[in-house]
Amino acid sequence: MEGNIGELGQYIGVGLTAIGMGGAAIGVGNVAGNFLAGALRNPSAAAGQTATLFIGMAFAEALGIFSFLVALLLMFAV
Amino acid sequence: MATDGEGLHFDSVLSQFDVKPLFGAGEISFYTPTNVTLWLFLIVVSTVAMLVVGTRGRAIVPNRSQSIAELTYGVVHKMVEDIAGKEALKYFPYIMTLFIFVLLANFLGLLPMAFTVTSHIAVTAVLAFAVFFTVTAIGFIKNGVHFLDLFWVRSAPLAIRPVLAVIEVISYFVRPVSHSIRLAGNMIAGHAVIKVFAAFAGIAAVAPVSIIAVVGMYAFEVLVAGIQAYVFTILTCVYLKDALHPSH
Repeated sequence: MEGNIGELGQYIGVGLTAIGMGGAAIGVGNVAGNFLAGALRNPSAAAGQTATLFIGMAFAEALGIFSFLVALLLMFAV
Repeated sequence: MATDGEGLHFDSVLSQFDVKPLFGAGEISFYTPTNVTLWLFLIVVSTVAMLVVGTRGRAIVPNRSQSIAELTYGVVHKMVEDIAGKEALKYFPYIMTLFIFVLLANFLGLLPMAFTVTSHIAVTAVLAFAVFFTVTAIGFIKNGVHFLDLFWVRSAPLAIRPVLAVIEVISYFVRPVSHSIRLAGNMIAGHAVIKVFAAFAGIAAVAPVSIIAVVGMYAFEVLVAGIQAYVFTILTCVYLKDALHPSH
């Protein structure tokens, strides 16, 4: 085993950013699940709300992408 | 990253996003033709092929290529009208341009050996900041000082309005950042995942699984490319709506 402690911390930090993926997964799942629950209750109103669905998904997913960005920054910019 | 012998080759996972000069190998200046230049040019060519050449016949019963052009136009037109309202149709050409550019950049980037222009934050940040500044300017020109009502929520109790104002200001200025990073991040992540699966094909035992996974991820990426172009455009419409009707 060799290498320095800074590199160790860097790799551990990059690994930890994967937790952010779980948060984004919960968020996107919530959006899609609630949309489906609402759409099955009132299918006629569902078609008009797909745009809202995608906006909500985009906002939830963006925060997961931010954790990916943090991983890239730790890996290549620090 | 680890590369020895016949095992895993992860080198190319991120090297697909490198900007390289097209001819020879030298210093890259602002006038050097690079792979970015080539793929930007191909985007323009395919835009012309899709919209100009496609509608050249002007048939009453459209053929296949004319249908593609007309349907794309119709989808974006309806999106602007539904989300941002009738008076936003004045800005429809700009939003249509954004949609076509991002859509074709995403789709052309999926070709094997292609370069994804939208995977660079430099490109998406220019698009997002252009939207941000345009929308802010439209907001101030149309509404004057009343544009600041966007940050001062009159429907809320007076006591919590300053807190809301701080949150609204922060969320307003984070918009171009999230707008650009969402697109670039999705493109980087998707292409990198495909390459990681492809790297596992070097091990004979897992090669069949990894090749099936590459096909599956590729199909998913085609979907993501379309959805991200749609999301980028739809968020532009949402921001435009906020500028035209700043009151909550």
